[in-house]
Amino acid sequence: MKEMTPIARGVRPFSRMLRLTAPNRADAIAFVLLTGIAMLVFRGAEGIAEPLSRLRIEPVMLDPLYLPYYALRTTLRMFAALVASLVFTLVVATLAARSRRAGQIIVPALDILQSVPILGFLTFTVTFFMGLFPGRILGVELAAVFAIFTSQAWNMAFSFYQSLRSVPSDLDEVSRGFGLSPVRRFMRLDLPFATPALVWNMMMSMSGGWFFVVASEAITVGNTTVTLPGIGSWLALAIAREDFAAIGWAVGAMAVVILLYDQLVFRPVVAWADRFRFEQTASTERPRSWAYDLFRRTRLLPVLFLPLTGLGRLLLMLDPGSGRRRVTKERPANWIGERAWQALLIVAVIFAAWTIIGFVMRTLNWGDALAVLGLACLTMIRVLVLIALASLIWVPIGVWIGLRPKWAERLQPVAQFLAAFPANVLFPFAVIAIVHWKLSPDVWLSPLMILGTQWYILFNVIAGASAIPTDLREAAGMFGVKGWQWWRQVALPGIFPYYVTGALTASGGSWNASIVAEAVSWGNERLEASGLGAFIAKATAAGDYPRVALGIAVMSLFVIAFNRLLWRPLYAFAERRLRPA
Amino acid sequence: MATIAATRPLVELSNVRHHYGKGHGQMLVLDDVDLTLNENEIVGLLGRSGSGKSTLLRSIAGLLRPDEGEVRFVSGEDGREPSVSMVFQTFALFPWLTVLQNVELGLEAQRVPPEQRRTRALAAIDLIGLDGFENAYPKELSGGMRQRVGLARAIVVDPSLLLMDEPFSALDVLTAETLRTDLLDLWCEGRMSIKSILIVTHNIEEAVLMCDRILVFSSNPGRVAAEIKVDLPQPRDRLDPAFRALVDDIYARMTARAPAAPVNDGLFPGTGIAMVLPVVSTNALAGLIEEVDGAPFDGRASMADLADQLQLEIDELFPMAETLQLMRLAELTGADITLTPAARHFAQADVDARKAMFAQALLAYVPLAQHIRRILDERPSHVAPARRFRDELEDHMSPDYAAAALNAVTHWGRYAEIFAYHEDADQFSLDDPS
Repeated sequence: MKEMTPIARGVRPFSRMLRLTAPNRADAIAFVLLTGIAMLVFRGAEGIAEPLSRLRIEPVMLDPLYLPYYALRTTLRMFAALVASLVFTLVVATLAARSRRAGQIIVPALDILQSVPILGFLTFTVTFFMGLFPGRILGVELAAVFAIFTSQAWNMAFSFYQSLRSVPSDLDEVSRGFGLSPVRRFMRLDLPFATPALVWNMMMSMSGGWFFVVASEAITVGNTTVTLPGIGSWLALAIAREDFAAIGWAVGAMAVVILLYDQLVFRPVVAWADRFRFEQTASTERPRSWAYDLFRRTRLLPVLFLPLTGLGRLLLMLDPGSGRRRVTKERPANWIGERAWQALLIVAVIFAAWTIIGFVMRTLNWGDALAVLGLACLTMIRVLVLIALASLIWVPIGVWIGLRPKWAERLQPVAQFLAAFPANVLFPFAVIAIVHWKLSPDVWLSPLMILGTQWYILFNVIAGASAIPTDLREAAGMFGVKGWQWWRQVALPGIFPYYVTGALTASGGSWNASIVAEAVSWGNERLEASGLGAFIAKATAAGDYPRVALGIAVMSLFVIAFNRLLWRPLYAFAERRLRPA
Repeated sequence: MATIAATRPLVELSNVRHHYGKGHGQMLVLDDVDLTLNENEIVGLLGRSGSGKSTLLRSIAGLLRPDEGEVRFVSGEDGREPSVSMVFQTFALFPWLTVLQNVELGLEAQRVPPEQRRTRALAAIDLIGLDGFENAYPKELSGGMRQRVGLARAIVVDPSLLLMDEPFSALDVLTAETLRTDLLDLWCEGRMSIKSILIVTHNIEEAVLMCDRILVFSSNPGRVAAEIKVDLPQPRDRLDPAFRALVDDIYARMTARAPAAPVNDGLFPGTGIAMVLPVVSTNALAGLIEEVDGAPFDGRASMADLADQLQLEIDELFPMAETLQLMRLAELTGADITLTPAARHFAQADVDARKAMFAQALLAYVPLAQHIRRILDERPSHVAPARRFRDELEDHMSPDYAAAALNAVTHWGRYAEIFAYHEDADQFSLDDPS
């Protein structure tokens, strides 16, 4: 285990890394696993370097034999985007935390970006990346990766920034007292402290990314559509061909892929990151992972992880290292610089607003804006009703599960898995049902919005119910508190803070999902519910940039207003009143 | 510690002043502090919260620069400037680093070569009695062991001056005593290269036990109120009459009114509603009255005995005693607390009578309580938002102190039933829930 932590270990002589002991059985298993993964990566990467024309010679085929390869390509894209998000996070969030001026711009931007639908960006970026590598698949691949990146990066960066800002003050003082150089401080304090929250957000991002894979692999540029080999393209083709079995295959493949990376990547990482949790007492329940335990027992592994550990050590070697303690004094704010900076910001804001209004107003008028606001209200009603319905269903179930540790232990991972599963894969089934029974799309398309996000409510409520202190439950039992009184005074207050977290995530996700859920198709059958999501989807398909911009702006406005006016006050209330003293 | 060597100064502080907060709520935490730390001495900074001891410590540690004044390090004969390192109340260990890695942290920052680093760290671990725990993570250790790691980490860099910020106050009594003794042994035997120790504490006995010199700080703002030399030979005995006399003497000095404070307002800084009030529970007040009223004290107790008996540190005992004094329920004279006749009556009364007496005292002697009650009486609705009073208080003090003062008065007012407070609406009212 120690071998895997480049940051948690001092510099050791190289010979120690290569201590020559006989590899054990765990080594063999881990070696096979890792080699297999490496082979897969190379196999997948081969396809990327080929010219674009290859895609026309070898179009996506609905043959289950090819499915593993497609799944591989999609997964690689996801991880490429995740790595890009990680690099972005480390750079941008650190910048925001270290420089006050950068923070002034970056922090609100991240706050908005993480609650805004990014699907609309797709059309803008594809052209750019294809221009970078004309005629190569690489350009389209990059565009797809970028699309996934835009769905993953923001919440990771935001969480990292928040961690950096909440580093415990005593550890901060130790670092400053010993005069740790910025690099060393980052490796020793900031990065480890932020790791658990970052890992959790990476998992959330990965789930969010699946939603976009489907949309980003079949890219339309002008009149031509490029379909990259992947599950998303397979799915798009299956929908166009009304191939029911193919959709089933895709759902199965996705389930397998999610299960695999959960077991092989995220579980081990979570188990490893547990050591960075900032707590002074040993926790009773530590996250477990068979894969992590396996890797820990190996002796060969440190050698394989040498590049990573080496990078960490190289950084520390190159670090200038002050060693000498300095009395720090915040420089008195440079008055002129400060004013100039603020003036610059104001000018930039005015210019941006001017550009946006000009851009939108050239083709649109106030009537359009009002109409879009109306559509947004429709979508808002959907979100509210659905969150309420989902809460009515999942809160009792979640409480029931949460109070039974045996069940909670078994069902919690299932709920998390369901949250990670891209619900848009299941949309075709809903379309068939709606068409078959001639239902109203305005009503019956709505549940699709919450199909994938309701699980956040469930697993947060489970967590909340398991966290209700035993003594409270025993006291309630002794006084014979039951029925509605029990719900009102024991269960609901107990789970409320957790519920708010879940509902907040679910509501944000539902707004995002509305773009995909309000306009769905099955072969030639197109169903549409009137709402903001359908409006953006239509405008995107038509390449109507002003309308895309207007739609996204209005949706951002609604999501942010929702967060500020509904969820944050609820959250503050929960923190203030309902946490055990 | 008796030393023959001529004392040479290590650090000199002159005219140090520091504020917290900005604008209206600005709080002066350190006022004109002069202080010299010499070689071969352990100096204690004794004072209550708000006396700026921690701020002073951090100024010396270079963690903050005071608004005014100078912290000057006096270079030794070898021309090297004295170095400092610090031990924290909260231990401040990195939970993701092992004991050894934690201890190596400071050496690593100085870019000491790995082999040497390890040797020195192991030596420090050995010295401090952590053998066998090198590969443990902090969360696997008990509080005492953790503070040993903090100590090893601080001394491994060979500082000339060791700063300790209430190093034993997060530990239980027995563990703290062991650590103190071990540290004193190391110091007296000269096994550390440290030339001087500065220790912040609010435990008077701890200060007398360890220090060669004690600086008593007054609070709000922090000033050096008294300097006491401790000439008792080490090891010191807590039961030694000279030791007890010194402890009593320090208690007396800490209860002494600052000459500037107006007589009527007790010991709290500020006057009228601007008085900075501590949050003290009415249960604790009643408990203290009962304790002093009963045997063996019979209405008059020495603060030192009381602290011993109740296992309270001065940070807890003094606010209670002073609250009683403010309400004319007790009188602090010298190192003693004496109950007034009203308080002795209070001790024998039943719940309702106690509440009535408390209400009377509150309305007579606590200006903020008077103020809130008067506003509520004047308004036809008998309701007033708490925000109003908070704003008013923040004109005179920092938001933290304002919140504490309002909290204290809310608690007392609720107990005395002179007004009610509703958390949801954040308002005071006269209505009596029945």
